[in-house]
Amino acid sequence: MYNFDFVKPATLDEAVAALGGEDAQPLSGGQTLLPSMKQRLNAPGVLISLTGIAALKGVKLEGRTLVIGAATPHAVVATEAASVYPALAALAGGIGDPAVRNRGTIGGSLANNDPSACYPAAALGSGATIVTNTREIAADDFFTGMFETALEQGEIITAVKFPVPEKAAYLKFQQPASRFALTGAYVAKYQDGVRVAITGASEGGVFRWTEAEEALNRSFTAEALNGLSLPAEGMMGDLHGTPAYRAHLCAVMTRRAVTAAG
Amino acid sequence: MTKVTLTVNGRSMSGEAEGRTLLVSFLREELGLTGTHVGCDTSQCGACVVHVDGKAVKSCTVLAQDVNGASVTTIEGMANEDGSLGVVQQAFQDHHGLQCGFCTPGMVMSSAALLAENPKPTEAEIRHYLEGNICRCTGYHNIVKAVLAASGQDVSALGVAAE
Ligand SMILES: Cc1cc2nc3c(=O)[nH]c(=O)nc-3n(C[C@H](O)[C@H](O)[C@H](O)COP(=O)(O)OP(=O)(O)OC[C@H]3O[C@@H](n4cnc5c(N)ncnc54)[C@H](O)[C@@H]3O)c2cc1C
Ligand code: FES
Ligand code: FES
Repeated sequence: MYNFDFVKPATLDEAVAALGGEDAQPLSGGQTLLPSMKQRLNAPGVLISLTGIAALKGVKLEGRTLVIGAATPHAVVATEAASVYPALAALAGGIGDPAVRNRGTIGGSLANNDPSACYPAAALGSGATIVTNTREIAADDFFTGMFETALEQGEIITAVKFPVPEKAAYLKFQQPASRFALTGAYVAKYQDGVRVAITGASEGGVFRWTEAEEALNRSFTAEALNGLSLPAEGMMGDLHGTPAYRAHLCAVMTRRAVTAAG
Repeated sequence: MTKVTLTVNGRSMSGEAEGRTLLVSFLREELGLTGTHVGCDTSQCGACVVHVDGKAVKSCTVLAQDVNGASVTTIEGMANEDGSLGVVQQAFQDHHGLQCGFCTPGMVMSSAALLAENPKPTEAEIRHYLEGNICRCTGYHNIVKAVLAASGQDVSALGVAAE
């Protein structure tokens, strides 16, 4: 890893100011950024740690909306969201392993938008709102492609607002070595409709499966999805699974998620 | 270089760290605590697990400066005050929870973190919790047995290792 300057501000304002400097990048849990810097895929000149900013941490319920601070570790979401939004808590508790969950954060996961990550599916599947230091971005507009988001240079995610659904479930077919989703489906039923988000499949990153949503709006049952499938074209292919295999898994995991949501 | 001060195993210790200095390098090279191992350096194997403010973390994926001021527990802090092996360490020895021993510091630290959260884990819970700790030697069976034993539970139901 190339050397860099390290700063750890105590407030969001200081962090925003520091990020205005040349070659600066935010560091949250570091569970993605530090490995990529070791591989020299990334070499910022200054790292601005967000872990010392108390305002970016915590889980709170505002009406029927769960608000999670961007620098809240996965392990904290797994316990503190459990009673209000169990599907989201279970997703957080299934990321990586305990040590990864103690450091890795929701803001880092969303900003990174790994095409096989779990949180992007929860945000898109819940119709969440990503709050930054300058604006609010609907999840539908936030994820713009593999490892790409609507974030501007120097913009910091401060919180994520999740409307709490009537029921929901996330089912991932785990890639056994990394524990990322080989393919995963997040299904959430709201009063005004069902949302289905698929991760670990498309070359464009997380996406909504609208045909499945329409079918589930008519009947929220696994059977309602019978006969529905996604094309292999545009799906990721690697040594863990071909595009056709992933396309198949999309339907299987969505059906399982509907059943699990009950 | 920046001065970093940690409370390591109950003692205040300081050293110099660059921006890029990892917690594991700081512990091993600055503080001379070489019990914490680097197996992969890619956040996968768990050999480097230590506790930071009571939470298990992979010290190869944490910057020393980012935890300045924190309380850190390493494998060197797991023995009893008189120097005899602590409960988890003794259970690993009694149940052959190690062969080459390279993964053991991380295994012991993760196991201790599990037992702090969940004092009587089931076999399945132990296997699940140790998902991020890789062992190339034991086949895990005796590690699981050692953790069960350290929690004061009966290990006879686990039987002998299948291998
Ligand atoms: C062994 C292992 C297993 C894993 N398994 C899974 C898994 O099963 N599922 C899964 O989803 N993930 C998994 N991960 C990834 C993990 O969830 C990471 O924690 C997460 O992707 C990144 O979060 P972080 O807080 O560590 O971010 P960092 O690594 O600190 O940052 C990631 C990126 O986001 C930027 N960033 C961070 N915070 C903000 C912010 N608030 N605003 C704007 N930009 C920001 C950084 O500049 C960087 O570009 C795994 C990681 C490891 C090491
Ligand atoms: S050395 Fe840290 S996880 Fe392998
Ligand atoms: S005892 Fe050799 S790696 Fe675990």
